[in-house]
Amino acid sequence: MAGLAFDSLRAPARWIARDRPGVAAAPAVVTATETRTAGTVRFEAASKTYLSAAGPVQALDSVDLDVPAGAIFGIIGRSGAGKSSLLRTVNRLEEPTSGRVLVDGEPIEALDTAGLVALRRRVGMIFQHFNLLSAKTVRGNVALPLKAAGLPKPEVAARVEEALRLVGLEGKADTYPSRLSGGQKQRVGIARALVSRPEILLCDEATSALDPETTLTILNLLRDINRRLGITIILITHEMSVIREICSDVVVLETGRVVETGPVWRVFGAPEHPTTRALLEPLSRGLPADLAPRLQPHPAPGTATVLAITFSGQAAPDLSALAAAAGTPVRLLQAGIERIQGHAVGRMLVAVDAAGPDAEDRLRALGGTIERIGYVAADD
Amino acid sequence: MSPQMIDRLWQAFLDTLVMVGVSAGIAVLAGIPLALFLVTSEPGGIFPAPKANRVVGTIVNGFRAVPFIVLLVALIPFTRLVTGTTIGVWAAIVPLSVSATPFFARIAEVSLREVDAGLIEAAQSIGCRRRHILLHVLLPEALPGILGGFTITVVSMIGASAMAGAVGAGGLGDVAIRYGYQRFDTTVMAAVIAVLIALVCLVQFTGDLAVRRLRAR
Repeated sequence: MAGLAFDSLRAPARWIARDRPGVAAAPAVVTATETRTAGTVRFEAASKTYLSAAGPVQALDSVDLDVPAGAIFGIIGRSGAGKSSLLRTVNRLEEPTSGRVLVDGEPIEALDTAGLVALRRRVGMIFQHFNLLSAKTVRGNVALPLKAAGLPKPEVAARVEEALRLVGLEGKADTYPSRLSGGQKQRVGIARALVSRPEILLCDEATSALDPETTLTILNLLRDINRRLGITIILITHEMSVIREICSDVVVLETGRVVETGPVWRVFGAPEHPTTRALLEPLSRGLPADLAPRLQPHPAPGTATVLAITFSGQAAPDLSALAAAAGTPVRLLQAGIERIQGHAVGRMLVAVDAAGPDAEDRLRALGGTIERIGYVAADD
Repeated sequence: MSPQMIDRLWQAFLDTLVMVGVSAGIAVLAGIPLALFLVTSEPGGIFPAPKANRVVGTIVNGFRAVPFIVLLVALIPFTRLVTGTTIGVWAAIVPLSVSATPFFARIAEVSLREVDAGLIEAAQSIGCRRRHILLHVLLPEALPGILGGFTITVVSMIGASAMAGAVGAGGLGDVAIRYGYQRFDTTVMAAVIAVLIALVCLVQFTGDLAVRRLRAR
């Protein structure tokens, strides 16, 4: 049973081993791989309909989705696309009106109160506005899940210390949340979510209220938690850069429906659905502003061809091969190639002198898609 | 003022303290559960019971609608049932409590309602049962507001206790009416007013201080 696997195999040793190098480093590695069996989520035709004053609203429309163990799974979509509803069905803060959700292969809709409480201890959650209790200290906030679980005091104290160390807030245990910065508050939120040693962490716009620099440190912390503890992370965000930064997989929702899903490098490298393209627009570079007005639709004597070479997951482009394939001088006008999960993704804009179809075929053979954008004066 | 009058004033002061103190204690013990019920039994609350919520809400409004002096008299049979008497300090405590409880419950309800729904969601997400949410989220988060509301309740109870003379409960108000008003003793009247002002100021100051302490965290 998954619960048993969690208790026996996800030994605290993995946490302790970091701080005491002498203690069982090898078992720590073993448990990390063993835990890959726990931490999966599967949505089976999950639908959710709200009754609002304006009539029924379909928040989720037959969502089928598999979140593998150990993934950092991003959910993107426009406002009202159902992201938040989808995330909240995992710990049953919201219940699907039809279809079901399975955590570690077990359907969760039939759980009684005790089962639900046990599930929520295996599924942590952090929030955009942190949702910390202002009347409790950092220690009190982080201890609450364990107190609610009825753990003995010494163990609560030890695990709270451990969780605070994990998020880098050792010295802040007796501080009240109102005295902390946004980033520190989110760290407390993460510590509170992790103190029950969950196998899944849900992040509801966890970095949206933070400045860009703090966002990066929180993302690094999440990635670190995912790698070191093997915790599956499911996150909602409206910042595409967050997905590109840390996610392994992504799903795009539109009016409650899954319109596109897959590894981030593939979805971001070659978005297929118009919604995905629209969402990714802020990440993509348009034509350079000075170039666009001078672009001519037809070749003329003394013009160079402007080609857009789009890479969506191939090996990193070989520039000398590119020059050789073009067979003419190649000028690089603009380039935005990124590596996402080891895949080269992005677009290069080059001007080649009088490239014929042959040259384009040769370029295409290097990988990447070639698109003729137009023509510019050769000396441009 | 004669020494007897000073004694009388002192006794009246103590009577007022007992009446208000005991009634305020009862108002807290009964009012907070009542407020918790009103907030959590709403549709969408953590213990939804819309029908019971409406019934209790109506009863609370009913008691709030009756002026204290009328309640004092109307409750006489009930007071006799509870205390075995209809005169004296204890006879005044019954109507005072009955009147203060719904008042305080409504004020506490406002503070409880202001607790961010996100905090309740967060508590649920970490596996808190509903009683944990009452104990660790709703009450502590609403405490500054509840304490401020309690101060208001006590001050208004000091005012209401002046009417307790009507059931022979004594107290400062009773002295002011009987000696200050009916016997034209301006000194007693002034003394009572001074003591009442001092008492109310002290209560308000203490309450404000406690709220400030809580909010400073």
